[in-house]
Amino acid sequence: MNDVTAPDATAPDANASMGATTDTTPDGLLPEGWELVVGLEVHVELQTTSKMWCGCSTDFGGDPNTNVCEVCTGQPGALPVVNAQAVKDAMLLGLALNGGIAPRCRFHRKNYFYPDLAKNYQISQYDVPLVHDGYLDVDVTLDDGTVETRRVGIERLHMEEDTGKSMHVGDTGRLHGADRSLIDYNRCGIPLLEVVSHPDIRDPETAQGYLRELQSVVIATGVSDARMEEGSMRCDANVSVRRYGEELGTRTEVKNLNSVRSLGRAVRYEAQRQVALLQDGGSIRMETRHWDESKGLTETLRVKESVTDYRYFPDPDLVEILSPVALVEAVRERLPELPAVTRARLVAAGVPRDQTAAIVTGGSLAWFDEAVAAGGSPTSVANWLAGDVVGQLAAANLSLADSGLTGAHLAELVALIDDGTLSTKMARQVLDGVIASGGTKAPAVVADEQGLKQVSDEGELREIVAGVVAANEATVVDIRGGNAKAIGALVGQVMKATKGQADPRKTNQLLQELIHG
Amino acid sequence: MAATQRPDLTQASAADLAGSMAAGEVSAREVVDAHLERIAVVDGVDAQGPVWSAKTAGRLDADEPHAFLAVTAEAARDHADDIDRRRAAGEHLGPLAGVPLALKDVLTMRGAPTTCGSRMLEGWIPPYDATVTRKLREADLVVLGKTNMDEFAMGSSTENSAFGDTRNPWDLDRVPGGSSGGSAAAVAGMLAPLAIGTDTGGSIRQPAALTGLVGAKPTYGTVSRYGLVAFASSLDQAGPFARTVGDAVALQTAIQAHDPRDSTSVPDVVPDLGLHLQDGVAGLKIGVVRELQGEGFEPGVEAVFQASLERLTALGAEIVEVSLPTAPVGLAAYYLIAPSEASSNLARFDGVRYGLRVDAPTAEEMNAATRAAGFGAEVKRRIMIGTHALSSGYYDAYYLQASKIRTLIANDFRAAFDQVDVLVSPTSPTVAFNLGAKADDPLAMYLNDVATVPASLAGIPALSLPAGLAEAPGAPGSALPVGLQIMAPLLRDDLMYRVAWAFEQATGFDPRPSGPRAIHLDGEVSP
Ligand SMILES: [Zn+2]
Repeated sequence: MNDVTAPDATAPDANASMGATTDTTPDGLLPEGWELVVGLEVHVELQTTSKMWCGCSTDFGGDPNTNVCEVCTGQPGALPVVNAQAVKDAMLLGLALNGGIAPRCRFHRKNYFYPDLAKNYQISQYDVPLVHDGYLDVDVTLDDGTVETRRVGIERLHMEEDTGKSMHVGDTGRLHGADRSLIDYNRCGIPLLEVVSHPDIRDPETAQGYLRELQSVVIATGVSDARMEEGSMRCDANVSVRRYGEELGTRTEVKNLNSVRSLGRAVRYEAQRQVALLQDGGSIRMETRHWDESKGLTETLRVKESVTDYRYFPDPDLVEILSPVALVEAVRERLPELPAVTRARLVAAGVPRDQTAAIVTGGSLAWFDEAVAAGGSPTSVANWLAGDVVGQLAAANLSLADSGLTGAHLAELVALIDDGTLSTKMARQVLDGVIASGGTKAPAVVADEQGLKQVSDEGELREIVAGVVAANEATVVDIRGGNAKAIGALVGQVMKATKGQADPRKTNQLLQELIHG
Repeated sequence: MAATQRPDLTQASAADLAGSMAAGEVSAREVVDAHLERIAVVDGVDAQGPVWSAKTAGRLDADEPHAFLAVTAEAARDHADDIDRRRAAGEHLGPLAGVPLALKDVLTMRGAPTTCGSRMLEGWIPPYDATVTRKLREADLVVLGKTNMDEFAMGSSTENSAFGDTRNPWDLDRVPGGSSGGSAAAVAGMLAPLAIGTDTGGSIRQPAALTGLVGAKPTYGTVSRYGLVAFASSLDQAGPFARTVGDAVALQTAIQAHDPRDSTSVPDVVPDLGLHLQDGVAGLKIGVVRELQGEGFEPGVEAVFQASLERLTALGAEIVEVSLPTAPVGLAAYYLIAPSEASSNLARFDGVRYGLRVDAPTAEEMNAATRAAGFGAEVKRRIMIGTHALSSGYYDAYYLQASKIRTLIANDFRAAFDQVDVLVSPTSPTVAFNLGAKADDPLAMYLNDVATVPASLAGIPALSLPAGLAEAPGAPGSALPVGLQIMAPLLRDDLMYRVAWAFEQATGFDPRPSGPRAIHLDGEVSP
């Protein structure tokens, strides 16, 4: 994930007219005396084999309307049947988020008309969600570099179904003003979890940290790949502001947040917009706002004149979901090591804190553990996984899982560097070769085949260096006369003679010895 | 044109037809052809092409029952030929193999139109078979076609069909009841020995009563709803129409089974319906529901009901009066719960994916225009009632309250079944009424369901069977069928049929329609 970086400091760029303020909150976001309140609603698409109510595949990227049947296109007479795997996955994530599991819960219908909603109602949960009262601890790095842990409460996690995708053909690209619309129901009925936080968040960094941490937990549990850019994880932010000590202000719901970075920018923008409006004597409308990433601002999407009446009622096509203790405990057995624990373990093993996220969220933890188990130094393995491996796989357009690269390969590669056989540059070439072979060739084999090996054998190198010194008497005199820089030319000659495979550190050391005695 | 009919085949029971076919006396093809012939002659269909369609409303004749909306003639003949071939090859066939039947147009069948009696679905060919349809095929029953019904099963007279009224074979100026009026008229009019209907608040039992048939609503969840276009999901249940109790038992046996595609399908095994069928009623306690008689019930209906009780007593049953104290408000609860579910179930008819579309500039306007044009008045009325009942601020007072009443009614039944084995009542407060008599008075129409709705709300099995004939008010000398309703505890459909069998044997009701305006039954018919 590219999003796993330090919180960005991009200033909202469209608030010039909002009135300059001098006294501000400690982080400089809002004027003195104002407080930001944020709650997040995060949707996670489950990666079950089949959809929530039917046997259709959940595969991403198929031709439109190929993964569909009478159930997920809402044909008359078709009925839903709950996907038991989806319930277990939802339960697993709920447990990972420290939530309680309802012993019995049910599905409701949320009624509203929209063309990509095949039945014109969404099967969701209402009064009793599967999971209630969880929390997530979020590490936030303060300006002085210290890390503070903040707890964000999770009100509920409930199960529902995804909608289809509308494609609007026309000038605007939106439903309004389109010439015609096409609908792809492949996504319709894919199991969806909605994770609703309490409005516990008071600054954009914590909002971003929460989203990143939730993403890490989802990935660790394996219930979804949680890719925001592909829409398998989506986030809406409820944003309001108030003066300290006052009641919660009117909130707006900000949509179209496609990355952790967007979330931070949008929350900053929206908070400042609301404060400026209130300071000008205006009031906040209850509305849904669209975050425009390129313009860097939020715009009204639709005004909620009153609370939308979804006419929720229990879905008579479905029966109650029972979660007996034995089932919950069986699911709890599946709980993996959670990201916070993993990060602490990595740090204890010597991995720099800023590389832990890349490994935990980047999905390379299994490779890390395997490499370390095979004897690789944790620091070096982490360095490679967080750096070159990510880069080279991206260049080859491969995922780690598809690359054939194993933890044992990494351990071997790191060992070859540590014992001086390969330079870092050579090691990159070897990694390339291993990936090109689809993992069928081990690093030592690739190095052998490509003749990559540092000449660090003392005797062999001393002979070559001596030859170069003898053949360049004038340069040697120059160096002895005080022109230390001239030694570079001699290093170059040694490299040329060894076809670049001399260990540069050792070469330098030998040249010094022979020239200065 | 004149056509020779085969009353020996069209008036026979399903059991007799199956027996004759098994004995090699007649082929499945001959049986199917005899019924197609009769449909072509008497039912007002355009008997052309592979699928015969109903005449449009304006061209319908007052002498035609108009039971069918579509007759799948070619598929039926092919299916019959296939059964004959397999029988000749010595294959094992089901007990009803080769028997033709009619399917209510609310159940999907691949390749045949399903309209639910609505303009909204005109021309829609479902891409899949309902589980009931599949079970019928697996049992080697031959579907003749799809029958007329009140639009989306909302009605008690089959006058709410977008494709014209169905008429009662006993008196073609009267309604056959509804919403499964087409299925009832097909069996009563000897167009098919069997039919499938669906019952939400009485839509099988009431038309069975009005047309002199046996019609049963099985225990909710014992017959799959997969492919039954939903009116009210928590109440809808498919079931059999037949001219004899034995035929109804055989048809229900063929369609009932647990279905993993229907979450509300019960996993329990229903007791073998035939095992104790002929054990009689001697020693059984039969409860008469105090609240389901008296005011609002026609004198003729009351008289037949009292005679029925005497007959049951004569058979050795003990008749006791029991109370279902919540039953009188059952109708009100039903007319909140069913429309609430319907308002959501029918939301999918929006012009986007199938059926009617009325074009308009925006999706929202297209939805509205399509629904305005596609739904009839009664459907719109119920969608509005249901939408209101589910609205925030009204939900507690209407939907939730109705759900509580439903629980109370189920409790009432449980308490009653602690005292008695089965309960009885008249099925309908009236005999068949004249076409148009209640069409403009929805409340009067809803009162038809007063006796049938309680069993629907409780999910218990209930059937109607002919108990005799009665004179219709204002029609001196008329004689129209009256039904007896038998209700049994959950999953005790077997007990319900056992009582029905004994009653049928003692009654000797002749299911052949008679009277001055009854449908012609046999011989040469010149249209
Ligand atoms: Zn599907």
